[in-house]
Amino acid sequence: MTWQIYDTWVVIVGALCAMACALPGAQLVLRRRSMMGDAISHAVLPGVAIAFLVTASSDPWVMIAGAVVIGILTTVLVDFVQRAGRTEVGASMGIVFTALFALGLVLIRLFADDVHIDPHVVIYGSIELSYLDQVDVFGWSIPRGAVVNGAALLINVILFLVFAKELKLTAFDESLAASMGFRPRLVQGVLMAMTAVTAVMAFETVGSILVVAMIVVPGASAWLMVDRYGPMLAWTMAFAVGAAVLGHLAALIVPGWFGFDGGMSTSGAMAVMSGVLFVAAWTLSPRHGLIARAWARRQLALRIAKEDILGLLYRFEEGTRQGDEPLSASDIREALSVSRSVAVGALRGVRGAGQVTVVSDRLQLTDDGRVAARALVRTHRLWERFLWERLGLRPDHLHGTADRLEHFTSPSMIEELAEHDEGEDPHGRPIPPAGE
Amino acid sequence: MSHLPLVLASDQGTWWPAFERALLLRDANTLWVVLGVLSLGLASGTVGAFLVLRRRALTSDAISHATLPGIAVAFMVMVAFGLAGKSLLGLLLGAYVAGLLAMVAIVLIQRTTRLKDDAAIGIVLSVFFGFGICLLSLVQQMPDGNAAGLERFIFGKAATMLPGDTRLIGFTSLGVILLVIVFFKELAVLCFDESWAAARGWPVLALDFLLTGLVALVTVLAIQSVGLVLAIALLIIPPSTALLWSHRLPVVVIASALIGGFSAWLGAMLSASVARMPTGPVIVLVCAALFFVSLFIGRRGVVPRWLSRRTLSRRVDRQHVLRACWECIETTGREEVAISDLHSMRSWTTGELATLVTRCVRRGSLVRVDSASLKLTEAGRERAHRVVRNHRLWEAYLIHHADIAPSHVDRDADAIEHVLDEDLIVQLEHLLGAAAGEVPSSPHALGGSGGAA
Repeated sequence: MTWQIYDTWVVIVGALCAMACALPGAQLVLRRRSMMGDAISHAVLPGVAIAFLVTASSDPWVMIAGAVVIGILTTVLVDFVQRAGRTEVGASMGIVFTALFALGLVLIRLFADDVHIDPHVVIYGSIELSYLDQVDVFGWSIPRGAVVNGAALLINVILFLVFAKELKLTAFDESLAASMGFRPRLVQGVLMAMTAVTAVMAFETVGSILVVAMIVVPGASAWLMVDRYGPMLAWTMAFAVGAAVLGHLAALIVPGWFGFDGGMSTSGAMAVMSGVLFVAAWTLSPRHGLIARAWARRQLALRIAKEDILGLLYRFEEGTRQGDEPLSASDIREALSVSRSVAVGALRGVRGAGQVTVVSDRLQLTDDGRVAARALVRTHRLWERFLWERLGLRPDHLHGTADRLEHFTSPSMIEELAEHDEGEDPHGRPIPPAGE
Repeated sequence: MSHLPLVLASDQGTWWPAFERALLLRDANTLWVVLGVLSLGLASGTVGAFLVLRRRALTSDAISHATLPGIAVAFMVMVAFGLAGKSLLGLLLGAYVAGLLAMVAIVLIQRTTRLKDDAAIGIVLSVFFGFGICLLSLVQQMPDGNAAGLERFIFGKAATMLPGDTRLIGFTSLGVILLVIVFFKELAVLCFDESWAAARGWPVLALDFLLTGLVALVTVLAIQSVGLVLAIALLIIPPSTALLWSHRLPVVVIASALIGGFSAWLGAMLSASVARMPTGPVIVLVCAALFFVSLFIGRRGVVPRWLSRRTLSRRVDRQHVLRACWECIETTGREEVAISDLHSMRSWTTGELATLVTRCVRRGSLVRVDSASLKLTEAGRERAHRVVRNHRLWEAYLIHHADIAPSHVDRDADAIEHVLDEDLIVQLEHLLGAAAGEVPSSPHALGGSGGAA
């Protein structure tokens, strides 16, 4: 398939819609209200139907007005059910949106002859057809979907700039915001209204499934990438645009791989691509990604294992550890009770750092290694002394705690602990002096 | 949406005969539909109770949306192997597997990221559903892939239920309900105290999978009769309604099942007898109507809670008047209490005080001597005695045992005097060494609720 002007417009409409939805969506994710987008998107069906029945006009602005009213009513009703019935927020959303959706279906069915709303269009949308419906803007002919979603995006950006600090503060700390004189519930109400307006404006052009996906997924992905609010919003926008572009490409290309030649639903593909980007963030994010976290955990395990090896060898040299055979690599592995790969890695690490040498499978500390090991054992015994003397722990409870604390003690804390240095730990073993 | 074959009365004015016909199940088609949705309602209500109590109501939303790609994949696989693409059992199996996958994805996202349940549900729901939509658009291009039958999985078509469908739904629902009865204790523990269950060595994860499996099963069955979105309603609304009436688990589960079954039955009846009433949405509307009525009049609903709050606040107000009278009598030494004196005891407006006095008179605690003064009756004296004693004992307790300054105790005692029971009062008397049944003297000057003279 060759790229045509039509494809460019589909991507533009999709990207505008994705950004417009993702902006309030990022806020909803932070507020743990992201399912509100789903609830609103189902609940607008009766709004559209009632607006149509009351005004008997199919002017899109009337439809949008009806849907916005119902969208806001949904948030009010969810809140009411949650408070009045002491119902969990998820359940109250489920009750309200399914009831409204059912009402919409019944209305459409009852007045089927008068209402020309196809529930399919509301769900699937018709982003592929958006190119055909063009309007005149300052002499240019532009697809209406681009105008509508562009307007929604513009409104949202303006509101986010005007209420920047209110939105930021109430999302992270409602009680602080309230105590500073902001009105968290009002801000939340405005946010919900924004979501409803955006969702409704987007429905008609792209369908509800894309709207629901774009409200939740880009914001959630961004929240896995960064911790700060501003950069999070930037990432949200990037994920939204990425999903739109990749989605249309996938809709054009992927079916061909399986022998289909007709392309597939662009809205659906955009939703799937937002999911693919989410999985990418989930695994690859430098700070919160699965891989980064597994790597950090392994580095920590290696460091602790290396320190433990030094400690073991030091105690052996000192003669406080049982057994008279010098330690072999397999003794070490056994004593550390860590996985084989960590033990091997740690051994390689201490040898590489020149702290340990191996002479015919017997491990020995080098001078460098001895200095490091002495510092570690010193920390360990200082802790034991402190825990015993100051906290009154039983002697047989000291070792385990000290064994963990020794790896996380800063130099300044060691100095403080050293005030209790009286030459011996509670088991009668010498506390090694500070490094030379 | 296709037209309903079950429209028995074309003229809406003559719906009663049609309703009667449906009610008496004279029509074989209606019989199958009613039996099908009835068992569905019972099963969803039963399973939904545990789902809602586990605070996982919206996971059913994700599961039901996630079944779409499962259905599409099952269809494609069956066609690829030359089987009939629309074998109900095959499609249900696909949907079930996809529902379980969605649940696993939700749990994984929740456990391995900092996102909370709402985001996890939203992501899984929209991405799975989007994938389903993609697959459906492909299915439609398949040579013999007339996907029309798959449509019913989104909007549901109870009215076209066949005897075979009903039998499948009926037996599965029965199985689901039996499983819930067998594992009742385990599921209850899972819902109320997961960590306790884990600490006692219960297989929490396996139980979670059991519950999820049951939810997925019920959802999948419900989807093809009432549709994707409304299947969620059958799982969430009946238990939420039951919770407005009781908080005892067996009661909630049974009530929820009955509410689900009743709504399904009534909805099917209405849709069979009134023209152009789609079954699924009508069932949900019946459910929702029951919920909203219960929201107001249920035992834990708005109106009873408001009534009991009003009863309490009126009793508190009356007791304030009586204590004010008692304290007036103490300060002035006269048996008659002037309303103007009462007025200065507390921050109430003239109108409020007049209303309260009228209520006390009606209760027989006070009698009017003349238009400006009152007297305590025997009963009133007893009531006032009790509340003043409560007040003063609590003040003494705060002063002696909580080290609170005498000028600060009045407000605390003012709030708690109404709810101290006799046992506690006797204990307080013991603790403080006060004479039994006597009213101790006030530790601060009387008049005005701040303790100021």
